[in-house]
Amino acid sequence: MTAPRDKLGRPVVVVTGMGIMTSLGAGKADNWAKLVAGESGIRTITRFPVDGLKTTMAGTVDFVNVEPFSSTGLSERMAELVTDEALAQAGIGAKGDFPGPLFLAVAPVEVEWPQRRELGRAVGKPDFTYDDLLRISGGGKYSAYHHRFMFGSVAAYLAETFGTKGSPISLSTACASGATSIQLGVEAIRRGETDAALCVATDGTVNPEALVRFSLLSALSQQNDPPQAASRPFSKNRDGFVMAEGAGALVLESYEAATARGAKILGVIAGCGELTDSFHRTRSSPDGKPIIGCMNKTLADAGMTPDQIDHINAHGTATPENDKMEYNTTSAVFGELLQKIPVTSNKSMVGHTISAAGAVEAIFSLLTLEHQRIPPTINYDTPDPTILFDVVGNKARDARVTAVMSNSFGFGGQNASLILTREPA
Amino acid sequence: MTHTASKPGQTEVWITGIGLATSLGEGLEANWAALSEKRINVDDKGFAPYIVHPLMPVSFDAQIPKKGDQRQMEAWQRIGTYAAGLALDSAGIKGNKDILSKIDMVVAAGGGERDLNVDTGVLTAEAKGANAPGFLNERLMSDLRPTLFLAQLSNLLAGNIAIVHGLGGTSRTFMGEEVAGADAARIALARIASGESDIALVGGSHNGERKDLLVLYEFGDFNLKDKFAPVWARKDHPGFALGSAGAFLVLESKAHAEARGAKPFAKLSSVVADLARRKQPGDMTATLEKLWAKLPKREGKGAIITGATGAEPATSEERGFLKGHSDFPVRSTGTMFGHTMETQFPLGIALAALSISRGALFPPNDSTGTEIEMQGAPTQIVVVGAGHWRGEGMALVEAVG
Repeated sequence: MTAPRDKLGRPVVVVTGMGIMTSLGAGKADNWAKLVAGESGIRTITRFPVDGLKTTMAGTVDFVNVEPFSSTGLSERMAELVTDEALAQAGIGAKGDFPGPLFLAVAPVEVEWPQRRELGRAVGKPDFTYDDLLRISGGGKYSAYHHRFMFGSVAAYLAETFGTKGSPISLSTACASGATSIQLGVEAIRRGETDAALCVATDGTVNPEALVRFSLLSALSQQNDPPQAASRPFSKNRDGFVMAEGAGALVLESYEAATARGAKILGVIAGCGELTDSFHRTRSSPDGKPIIGCMNKTLADAGMTPDQIDHINAHGTATPENDKMEYNTTSAVFGELLQKIPVTSNKSMVGHTISAAGAVEAIFSLLTLEHQRIPPTINYDTPDPTILFDVVGNKARDARVTAVMSNSFGFGGQNASLILTREPA
Repeated sequence: MTHTASKPGQTEVWITGIGLATSLGEGLEANWAALSEKRINVDDKGFAPYIVHPLMPVSFDAQIPKKGDQRQMEAWQRIGTYAAGLALDSAGIKGNKDILSKIDMVVAAGGGERDLNVDTGVLTAEAKGANAPGFLNERLMSDLRPTLFLAQLSNLLAGNIAIVHGLGGTSRTFMGEEVAGADAARIALARIASGESDIALVGGSHNGERKDLLVLYEFGDFNLKDKFAPVWARKDHPGFALGSAGAFLVLESKAHAEARGAKPFAKLSSVVADLARRKQPGDMTATLEKLWAKLPKREGKGAIITGATGAEPATSEERGFLKGHSDFPVRSTGTMFGHTMETQFPLGIALAALSISRGALFPPNDSTGTEIEMQGAPTQIVVVGAGHWRGEGMALVEAVG
């Protein structure tokens, strides 16, 4: 390994711990084994009735116990478990004493239907108004719901449990949130505010209303049978994304601090970039300029040129529009080089973990660098002839990978990219 | 403790634009006039027994010209998009494509504005025996407006601001109630001070006229009921009165501002924030004291503008902190504007900058003696924001030069 500073004179930011959970399972080992084997974590939803829904499958995390159950509670528990895993690997600080700030990507929090229904039942009469609900909400009976449904509740819990320093930041940049949490950590280390940062992203929001909301925006796949075949990135017959749950945690450190304490370096966050698209709430600007600009900014931030990227971990949601736009913009950035860059979408197997996706996929990218093996894009039986990516279809591929670009694009014009490398440039 | 302060060699960060749409009015003149006249706008009937500070009606067309855009938003987003437009106007960069294409946005947001009719409809039908397994699914599929989701999503306040005002730089949304507003300012300041960014739009918005929010805070018995009183006079009758407001700031490096001939209201010298454990009495007071010590040295004519909520025990803890600094005149935005949650901290910075630029602190409005008169022009104002439940933030706003 080389200099502790990058080409722009900033501290090099490395990863020294990672934890992950998806519908495939808990932990890096299990997830990686299943990912390269091409297994799908998508299944028919059993957590709640699916009668009347157009989409009945998702990548749920059903093996984690949360009592009383809420989507926010599940997000919190998953975040805690992946942070445990990341800290155990990093061996940093002491138990309950992490030497840096927390940046948490988390789905927006709100009171959920089980709690709302409990309130409805407590009114005790068949005809009532919202004022009746309001009237019985106080008195302390439901005080736990106030604490649970604060936007900052998950971050506060994690900060207290792991002893992160300062004010923990809860953030949302929609489907780019996970990447943004990493970017905030990278920036804090580069500015010299801290030697270490804990970046966590979590999403446990497969619940009836969330599913309905995405359904009403025609964003979800309806290929329910078999559920494993629903998520079809870059395929001609793709018809939307599959909602999924998961979490990822990364311990970031300055190269200098990590080497000083003899930590094993798992990879480098060489560059981050983001660029807002002001065209539309849910659609990308047709000329793709914001996404192209986002990728170019990220290359510039890493001090790299397109020929240095040898793998792209795509956003690849499998919505008709995303995948086409992603191909058009990526080919605008990489030109002829693109033919030689293998591209994959982890979402074909784990679904779209929304707020967690950017971190989950950054971790998969780092595992790809470690194993020199690219996980497949499954369900790639009918390639879309207009998407000329070199898709790693259906079977994992061994490849020499030194630098991965991982892309995330979200509602509200949120675009974020990361470049991850094995060693400092 | 996380903190950002201008270090030697780092650029000064100026506040060059302020946009306010509040329960007291729209724009700097209307808000300043109401503050000077101690005018408060509360509604104790519309949501009785709860008290709220309703938005002084504005003509949204003035900042959100397309009706289609307005229809895509719920009130909290309209208020914020409107106030963001006022801030861009105030900074003189509205429509300036060169600047807007690179401006960095950090927004503090809540979200989740619900359709109360849909919620009540489902619950009453269930109370009358509707219990088929797919009942909730079917009702939500047929009754929810497809665009409501986008009006609820936290990051779509920033998204709407970008669309309506043509912002094309970066966009980050922080959540987490009151302290999200402090963290938004903290990160924007750090990025500009370190040279990562030249100019940023920072702020938040809140619609306090929402029964779904009243339910959430009523779970914790936090709502002010029956009778309005200034924040400091609520000890035996604690609670906050939700307020509607949008508050946005344009933060800019001194060099960037000077190059385009922009005049500062004030400079933002430091923003610090922390998370007190709040397990024992005195925990929060101690954290506020720690934050105070982290701020750059105060040598000028100082004052404090706080977003104290009126909820307990947080307000008593804060009073304990203020007692140790009783030489600083204190003003409470909670009394004047109600509690605007994520927006309260940006609002505090806005009023600090405005007071410094106008050469006077607005008058006290308090029966307990916590707020005292101030003679002369303040040159340093500390903005305090302690959450009703979690999170503490502090900023130092100073006169330029």
